[in-house]
Amino acid sequence: MEVLEEGSGELLGWHDPDEMRKWVLKNKSRELKDKTMSVKEAVKRFVHSGDVIAIGGFGHVRIPMAVIYEIVRQKKRNLALLAKTAVHDADVLIASGCVSKIEVAYCFGHELRGLSPASRRAVETGKCRVVAEISNAGFQWRFLAAMMGVPFIPTRVMLGTDTFKKSSAKIVKDPFTGKPICLLPACYPDVAIIHVHRCDVYGNCQIDGILVEDFELARAAKRLIVTTEEIVENERIRTEPWRTVIPFFTVDAVCEVPYGSHPCEMPGIYFSDEEHIAEWLRLSKTDEGVKQYLDKYVYSVEKFEDYLELVGGIKKLNYLKKVEMLKAPMKAPWAKR
Amino acid sequence: MAEYSSVELLASVASRMLEDKKSVFVGTGLPMVAAMLAQKTHAPNLLIVFEAGGIGPLIPVLPISVGDSRTFWKAIAASSMHDSMSISQAGHLDYGFLGAAQIDMYGNINTTVIGPWEKPLVRLPGSGGANDVGSLCHKTIIIMRQEKRKFVKKVDFLTTPGYLTGPGAREKAGLPAETGPYRVITQLGVYGFDEETKKMKLISVHPGVTIEEVKANTGFNLIIPEEITETEPPSKEELEILRREIDPTGMVLR
Repeated sequence: MEVLEEGSGELLGWHDPDEMRKWVLKNKSRELKDKTMSVKEAVKRFVHSGDVIAIGGFGHVRIPMAVIYEIVRQKKRNLALLAKTAVHDADVLIASGCVSKIEVAYCFGHELRGLSPASRRAVETGKCRVVAEISNAGFQWRFLAAMMGVPFIPTRVMLGTDTFKKSSAKIVKDPFTGKPICLLPACYPDVAIIHVHRCDVYGNCQIDGILVEDFELARAAKRLIVTTEEIVENERIRTEPWRTVIPFFTVDAVCEVPYGSHPCEMPGIYFSDEEHIAEWLRLSKTDEGVKQYLDKYVYSVEKFEDYLELVGGIKKLNYLKKVEMLKAPMKAPWAKR
Repeated sequence: MAEYSSVELLASVASRMLEDKKSVFVGTGLPMVAAMLAQKTHAPNLLIVFEAGGIGPLIPVLPISVGDSRTFWKAIAASSMHDSMSISQAGHLDYGFLGAAQIDMYGNINTTVIGPWEKPLVRLPGSGGANDVGSLCHKTIIIMRQEKRKFVKKVDFLTTPGYLTGPGAREKAGLPAETGPYRVITQLGVYGFDEETKKMKLISVHPGVTIEEVKANTGFNLIIPEEITETEPPSKEELEILRREIDPTGMVLR
C-alpha cells in the first residue's frame, strides 16, 4: 500500500498485535476468580506513573471518579491521557499534576458549562503537553482495532485536515477503491478504568444506557479496573447473558463503589451534581483554589463514603436521583437565567 | 412582534432548516436546542443521533452533554459511539449540526486552538465528534457567532473539513463524495456555499441587520448576491417552547 501522508502526532499505546497476543496469554487469566478489592489496592496494583491511561464513560457521564480521586491521592505522575471526550475526570487529573501528555479528541472543556480553567492553564503554560490530536470516532476506532487484534483500521475521517496532520494516523491509497483512506493505528491503553451499573465478583459487567466506547475500550486495555454501583450474584449475569458488555477475562480489578460517578451522572440512577461541578469550576480558576478543592475533597478524605458525606450526604444523593428521573428541577449555578 | 435574543433567533432559524423524517447528527450546545425545537414544532419525526450512542430520542429537557441520559430518553436505541459513527460513515445521516470558534470562506472549521498549535494562546476542546460529523454527514450546518476574528481568511487550525481548498478538494482528499457544509447561521444572517466555487455566500440577513454590518464582521471576500431575503424572526410559539420547555434554566439561552 502506498503511504500518501503521515501524521506527526506521537503514537501512544500502539503495539504489534503478535506482541499483544503474547501479553494477553501471559497476563489475562481465563479463570473465574474473585477480583474484588478496594479502590486503593486497585490503583496501587494497576495504575503506574508513566502509564497510557483511558477513562470510560463520556464527559461527565458514568465516570469512575472514586478511582480518579485515588490516583490523585497516590500521586501518580507522568500519565499519558487518552482524552476521548474527557471532561471532569481529565480536568481533575490534569489540575492535580498527574498528567504530562495528552492525546486530544475532546478535552479542556465542560460542554455547556464552558471551558476548564485548570486544564487550559496547564496546557497554555506548558505544564502538560498535547502530543497528538484525533477525533472522537478516531479514538473509538483505535480501540476497535486493538480489540480486533489488528494493527490499524481504515476510516474516512480526519482526511484533509490539521486534525490528521497532528494525529498518529497515516493516509494510504486504498487498494480496493484507489481513493485515499485514513488508517488509524490500534491503541492498547496500559490501563483503563470503567464505571458500570452492576457486575459479579469476577467482573462480568452490565451497563444500562449508552455504552459510548466502553465495549471496545474494555477489550483493548492491557489492564482494566472496573468500579460498580453494585456487585450482583453470578447467577443474575447468567440469567440475562445478552446484557453482559464486558466479560470477566478482560477485567483485573472489581471495586464496589455506590455513587462512584459523583459528581458526574450515572444514567438511570443519579444526575450530575451541578452545584459541586460549579464549585470546582469556580475554585479551579486559580492554582490556590485547586489546592483548596483537593485538600478538602481528596487529600483529607480516606474513604469514598466520607467524600459522599462531605458533598451533601443522603439528602444531596436523593435529590440527584430525583433530577435524574426528571422529578426535580436541576440547579445549575453556572447557568445564567 | 415578540422580543427575542440573538441566541433565540439562531435557534429558531437553525431549527427550521431541519426537515421532518430526516436524520441529524447533533453536537453540543445550540445545535441541541435547535434540534429539540424542530422536533417540538414542524419535525416531530426528526431522527436525532448523538455521538455517544443516543439514537432517536424524544428529548425531554436540554441535555448538558451529548452523552447524558436525556440524549437517549424514550429513544429507539441506546447504543454506542461505534454505532453512531458507523451509521454516519455508511451514509445514514442527512444533516450534521456543529458549532465553531473560527470558519473560513470554504466552511473549514477550527475548534482546536487559537494561535499556534505548539504554543496556544487559547486551547479549545479539539475536534470531539466535529471532524467526524463534518466528514461523514451529507450536509453540515454550522451555528456560530460572527465577528471578524471568527470569520477569517485562514483558520488557525483546520479541525473539521469544509470544502478544504475549493471544488473537488474533499473528494481528492478521500472524503465521502457530495458531502460538505450546507449552511452557516450566525447572529447576523444565513449563509450558503456557491455551487461552482464552493465559497461562502450570503443568503439572508436577520431583521434589522444591514449588509454593511455583515461585511464589517467578515474577514474574507463574501459572495453577496443581488437578491437577499430577510430572515423570518422567531414566532411567539417557538419562543414559548424555547423558554418554557427546552431551556428553562438558561444553560444555552442566556
